[in-house]
Amino acid sequence: MLSWFTDFASWLTYSLLALDPGSRLGQSLHFFIEDTSKIFFLLVVMIYCVSFIRASLNVERVRRYLASTNRGVGYLLGSVFGAITPFCSCSSIPIFLGFTSAGIPVGITMAFLLTSPLINEVAVLLLLSLVGWEITAIYVLVGMLVGVLGGMFLDAIHAERWLQPFALKAYLNASAQTDAGAVTASQLSFRQRHVFARSELTDIVSRVWKWVFIGVGLGAALHGFIPAGWLQNTLGQGQWWSVPAAVLVGVPLYSNATGVIPVMESLFLKGLPLGTTMAFCMSTVAASFPEFILLKQVMQWKLLATVFALLLVAFTLVGWVLNAVALLLV
Amino acid sequence: MKVFNVLGSGCTKCQKTADLIQKIAAEQGVTIELNKVTSPETIMGYGVMSTPAVVVDEQLVHSGSIPDRASVESWLTS
Repeated sequence: MLSWFTDFASWLTYSLLALDPGSRLGQSLHFFIEDTSKIFFLLVVMIYCVSFIRASLNVERVRRYLASTNRGVGYLLGSVFGAITPFCSCSSIPIFLGFTSAGIPVGITMAFLLTSPLINEVAVLLLLSLVGWEITAIYVLVGMLVGVLGGMFLDAIHAERWLQPFALKAYLNASAQTDAGAVTASQLSFRQRHVFARSELTDIVSRVWKWVFIGVGLGAALHGFIPAGWLQNTLGQGQWWSVPAAVLVGVPLYSNATGVIPVMESLFLKGLPLGTTMAFCMSTVAASFPEFILLKQVMQWKLLATVFALLLVAFTLVGWVLNAVALLLV
Repeated sequence: MKVFNVLGSGCTKCQKTADLIQKIAAEQGVTIELNKVTSPETIMGYGVMSTPAVVVDEQLVHSGSIPDRASVESWLTS
């Protein structure tokens, strides 16, 4: 079914506009048209369907699950819920405090918050359609692993010591009552689900559409204008430093998954090793300065710096390991 | 006079929520006091996790989205 978009792009670029399929401009434009049409089509269909299914899942419910589960399972659950629960990124601070004041360990809360930007329905969908299921599976596994291990590490070093005093107090005073707030999960009617799905759809599309254009535009430029083999020769597997370099380049670039995945596709197709591509992509999405500055409201600098360093190290390791594994498999 | 508190970290949705309440109150000729609460500590005090949320006379009435017109009207008249 997805080949429709390739045919459509070929028709538009090579027949209607009569560009030469061998030219750089032709290749770039073909990539751009194919990807944008495909992404927008899938976004609309999939966001509606996914939202319809998960309409009854909200952070209050997640908190109840997490507060009642034991620690070992908690990290995994936190990370899974982080991937599937819908919430606006401007809610991260209230969620952090809501979890903390319910007595959920900081590590589990952070597993939730770290996984959330990395894995979401839009990211998975884009990966599936652009780079195939194998890489999607690796991406999802790695994303959850970073959340789970990161969370465990933070609890191991007793990260709660470095919360802002009021947040620490709330954590220590946590009582069993976690049902504050007027919202309770209830059975939703077909109509309520439809209304929720429609509002999610307009909300997400209005937020990500420009990222699709920026991301695919960059991807298309790379696709058409970087000579084949150049990336492989300069930043190929042999160069160990290319992974930390990719992470350092990725951090100041602030993008969400929607914007970076088309770039990732293009880099990967051009021969950048998988680990390096993944490290670049994840550090762009997960370690962004604006969000870290928000976290300052609930964390002291020491903890903030620790979390940041943790992510940098984690993504670098991910890159090295994947590159090593890819070398062994070839 | 009713006191409305809009809770949220200052994102666009919270701003829109506050504007909507202000607008409907003006249309209906109801005088209200409208505050925007951005302090995480206070928001936590209301037990709210999804913003924007609306508190009317210290009673939490809504959270997680921009409220619809009908809800806002009901808070103003009730």
